[in-house]
Amino acid sequence: MAGKTLYDKLWDEHVVRQEEDGTALIYIDRHLLHEVTSPQAFEGLRLAGRKPWRVDANLATPDHNVPTTELKGGPETIEDPISRIQVLTLDRNAKEFGILEFPMGDPRQGIVHVVGPEEGATLPGMTVVCGDSHTSTHGALGCLAHGIGTSEVEHVLATQCLIQKKMKNMLIKVDGQLQPGVGPKDVILYIIREIGTAGGTGYAIEFGGQVFRDMSIEGRMTVCNMAIEAGARAGMVAVDEKTIEYVKGRPFAPTGELWDKAVEHWKTLHSDPDAEFDVVIEFDGSQIKPQVSWGTSPEMVIDIDGTVPNPDHESDPVKANGMRRALEYMGLEAGMKATDIPVDYVFIGSCTNSRIEDLRAAAEVVRGRKVSDRVEQALVVPGSGLVKKQAEEEGLDVIFKEAGFEWRNPGCSMCLAMNADRLPPKKHCASTSNRNFEGRQGAGGRTHLVSPQMAAAAAIAGHFVDVREFL
Amino acid sequence: MEKFGRLTAIVAPLDRANVDTDAIIPKQFLKSIRRTGFGPNLFDEWRYLDVGEPGQDCSNRPLNPDFVLNQPRYQGAKILLARENFGCGSSREHAPWALKDYGFDVIIAPSFAEIFFNNCFKNGILPIVLPEETVDQLFKEVEAQEGYMLTVDLEAQTLTRPDGEVIRFEVDPFRRHCLLEGLDDIGLTLQHADEIRAYEERRKQEAPWLFMHLREIAEKYNQI
Repeated sequence: MAGKTLYDKLWDEHVVRQEEDGTALIYIDRHLLHEVTSPQAFEGLRLAGRKPWRVDANLATPDHNVPTTELKGGPETIEDPISRIQVLTLDRNAKEFGILEFPMGDPRQGIVHVVGPEEGATLPGMTVVCGDSHTSTHGALGCLAHGIGTSEVEHVLATQCLIQKKMKNMLIKVDGQLQPGVGPKDVILYIIREIGTAGGTGYAIEFGGQVFRDMSIEGRMTVCNMAIEAGARAGMVAVDEKTIEYVKGRPFAPTGELWDKAVEHWKTLHSDPDAEFDVVIEFDGSQIKPQVSWGTSPEMVIDIDGTVPNPDHESDPVKANGMRRALEYMGLEAGMKATDIPVDYVFIGSCTNSRIEDLRAAAEVVRGRKVSDRVEQALVVPGSGLVKKQAEEEGLDVIFKEAGFEWRNPGCSMCLAMNADRLPPKKHCASTSNRNFEGRQGAGGRTHLVSPQMAAAAAIAGHFVDVREFL
Repeated sequence: MEKFGRLTAIVAPLDRANVDTDAIIPKQFLKSIRRTGFGPNLFDEWRYLDVGEPGQDCSNRPLNPDFVLNQPRYQGAKILLARENFGCGSSREHAPWALKDYGFDVIIAPSFAEIFFNNCFKNGILPIVLPEETVDQLFKEVEAQEGYMLTVDLEAQTLTRPDGEVIRFEVDPFRRHCLLEGLDDIGLTLQHADEIRAYEERRKQEAPWLFMHLREIAEKYNQI
């Protein structure tokens, strides 16, 4: 019998019961909550007179609606009345049901996918879910982690389980060594460009090979975060020494004897050498260049030294049609050089790229330089209060501010513009976020997905530019 | 949840691939803390010529005459015909809530994004996967014939064309059962509460670090 993949192991450990048709009840170790996808779930519990099955499995923090500018006071002073109600509703629900919350004003508050690993609330080998598709982020720690809808949020609250069918196994193997100036974001954008936004649908993706072994845990989070943009609900990387080192000493990580016992188990969380994957896709990491998205789907990506593609050269009519719409929406011409695309806004942040290493990488490019006069607004939004504090201790805030960036408070911010941070219509934004859908960052806004280094370089140049020229 | 019955209805064609959940229901409408009332803002940025805001009366807003759902021939449609990877992007259940609230009970496409696909079943929407050629053919038929209707029979797993020709579709038996009976997942799972408890007891022995008392630990940290 063939060995098991990492996903097989995580799945098998969490099966509570299995029906003959393959439908299984899967136990959930950690449930993260935020204000947008939870109110209707709590309301459902209340209406049915149900209580959370295991209160301590849950951790809540507001992030989507949170203003990133200084407030006069607590959440009751949020200007937008509807945002305010949502944030206050989470506070009230957490209190009523006894769930631990890091509310606004708590230094640990931040984007839920930054906070979980940072606090050690996400531990290797866990099943982690959240009413947010970017929950795949936590797979970087060797977890089975994926997004769920609000009905499932209610289901997990009430039963600590999910009804699921097992996905198939996909291995994406990237070997070789990345070029200087090429980071985790470029790797994942390149993968999505190659396999398409539905390439991973139905699969749990394991990212393997030298590139991911060499990558930091935060880099792995960036990669796993965007597994969903390749269609896969879950992305993951095997546990190694780096994983264990990362978890050690975090507030909710085990200590003493319990730590030793946990580490012993975590060391088994990798695919067996003879494990069989349904699909294996290999890339050469040394060939990956800095990437930039030109269109309105995360697969519409080109090399920074490339040109915007021509729909007339696309044989699939549905695809060609999509490309034409995208060109029109983005205000670009086929054949245009990536480096000729102007930049009006810059957003460094989001659950993809708002961790300390992301901010360091961007600051390295920005240091001693100035944001171009062309750029109307350049934002840096740290992923959590603790990331912000750390960055300030390292003086990164000063580097950004001196260059002309605004240094903001933590939250999801302009990644999806549910708070006041919005991209105006027809403006091009160099964004470190994860989705370039129409209207995502603001109605009519034009998003270009890039790495933090590339966003920083674009801010300085006023157009997209190869960050390798800045190093 | 209401039981899913047999249905004969007008089909509306949405001829674009990778329709994402941001397009189905833009983020400004996610601020509601209710499950209902999202219908008027379904496909808001494509459907209206102005920028929509939550809480607005949509009946007076300028409609985009080119958008398919604004065309008189598709009024009252309950079946949406779509292209590949429908519902990609965010996990927001507001997307199926908006589709349902607008009146769609069935979505037909060559493929769906998984989280969205799953969310449909939880909200009484039947997503049907058909081969690309069949979907292509349906697009042609719908566009050629005003008032084109399909009959959806979940029990029999069939679609019937106006000319009486039948297309069979596959659906997961458990999900089919739940839709037909209008079953609540939570109630079903809680029938296995003893098994969940037994699993937890076993795991507490095997992997006790998974059962850390978050609130107690946070409390201690607060005191330092």
